[in-house]
Amino acid sequence: MVAADRHPLTPSGEAGKEVETVADAPTTARVVMSSGDVFRALRRIAHEILERNKGSDDLVLIGIPSRGVPLARRLAAIIAEVEGEHVPVGELDVTMYRDDLRSQPTRAVSRTVIPPQGVDDRVVVLVDDVLYSGRTIRAALEALTEIGRPRAVRLAVLVDRGHRDLPIRADFVGKNLPTSSTERVHVRLTETDAPEGADPAGGSAVDEVRISGGDR
Amino acid sequence: MSRKHLLSSADLDRAEIEAILDTATSMHDVQRRSVKKLPTLRGRTVINLFFEDSTRTRSSFELAGKWMSADTINITGKGSSTSKGESLRDTVKTICAMAVDCLVIRHSASGSCHQVAQWVDASIVNAGDGTHEHPSQALLDAYTLRHRLGGSLDGRHVVIVGDLAHSRVFRSNVITLSRLGARVTVVAPPTLMPSGIGAWSAADGFATSWDLDETLLSDSSPHGAPDAVMMLRVQRERMTGGFFPTEREYSDGYGLTAQRLESLYAARGADIPILHPGPMNRGLEISAEAADATSSVILDQVSAGVAVRMAILYHLLASGEEVAA
Repeated sequence: MVAADRHPLTPSGEAGKEVETVADAPTTARVVMSSGDVFRALRRIAHEILERNKGSDDLVLIGIPSRGVPLARRLAAIIAEVEGEHVPVGELDVTMYRDDLRSQPTRAVSRTVIPPQGVDDRVVVLVDDVLYSGRTIRAALEALTEIGRPRAVRLAVLVDRGHRDLPIRADFVGKNLPTSSTERVHVRLTETDAPEGADPAGGSAVDEVRISGGDR
Repeated sequence: MSRKHLLSSADLDRAEIEAILDTATSMHDVQRRSVKKLPTLRGRTVINLFFEDSTRTRSSFELAGKWMSADTINITGKGSSTSKGESLRDTVKTICAMAVDCLVIRHSASGSCHQVAQWVDASIVNAGDGTHEHPSQALLDAYTLRHRLGGSLDGRHVVIVGDLAHSRVFRSNVITLSRLGARVTVVAPPTLMPSGIGAWSAADGFATSWDLDETLLSDSSPHGAPDAVMMLRVQRERMTGGFFPTEREYSDGYGLTAQRLESLYAARGADIPILHPGPMNRGLEISAEAADATSSVILDQVSAGVAVRMAILYHLLASGEEVAA
């Protein structure tokens, strides 16, 4: 919140994946995933990733800022708990690869951190919060080619809200959420959205997915 | 934020400066990759229009544009039609008739970039206008200092030494560093102080001094111990009169000599960053010992130059005209 106030740039988000401020906090929003739902969805996704990959060998989890990064870290923590193996986690900022920069105000750029092991010949799981048009993922795939050549790239998202512009689908989905394109999906996570000064350990109740707007 | 031009450091508030420096941090990582290419400015055209000589500013703007996939062209005063007598206005109008998106301009006349911004539709970046400003240099100096001094310039004390009267680097740096919370002391012989600096320093809150040793070594100077020292080039090409008796005398009083470096290290520690915007007059304002000292960040400044200029081009050009505020 402090960062949003200070920063003159549009937070790196995309229409329909709203980054909310207190001022526009939706009053009519309905909760579609509670913190418990988020917790269970991430556990299931972690298990699906392991099942599909037959273990954690060669896995690299790469989060797309801002909310994909904490989600990737949480998945890695769950995998570590289940398999006893620490899977490398990275961050991939895709701003410079977007094809919609011209139609939007200047976006803030986040960090790109690739684990020292790299991505060559590994199975990269891209992690994001909401899958909508698919343009972020297209940009991420392009950004990834500049970094290396993974053996395979998979996609894990907390919410798939439909309305794809591109032939892109997620391999692991927390919740399929049929939406109208006039609605807005708000994802809140403890790591990125907890109120200032809140105890991070006791803040799991912040996790939430809500929908607002639309014609209803 | 959508800014069209970068004409003066005074245009940027603290938040905007920090946004550019943060973007530059990400761009610096790109510089370390084997494939230094981003598709961000694909299809954009950036023209470097340099009526004064330059090595690092021009090449770093060119690299910045190329690494972001913009098409970049260099035009220099000497090789262009200005040497046949074409006016600046006709030259920029001609170039902009070729539908360019951005002009990076260096010119010997102060205020020329402001003037050009009123003549054409392209984004204008001031890469040095006379003795007025050099905003991208101030941003890369701030970037280098922020990196070297642990992330923040709040309360840090930067000493800027040298030919202030002719220095656009000093003018831009005072503004940018102050906005980032740094305290600035400027040191020069009286003949190389710009006129009216007394009122200006009082208004903008920086200190002035005629005594380099006192500023660097004494604890009684107004801003206390320095955290970084920036040496400025003695701009002989802009000097028409006798600003100092001999080069030897200038060097003794205001140069970072080997001896002065030793006292500085003894008093402030051997990790105090030494900056110089380049090109250096070795043996005049800076000794070879100081230029090549372990705490010299002069080459870091050059390296930061590309990243910062990528960030500047990103902030000016990436978002579309239609949403420009």
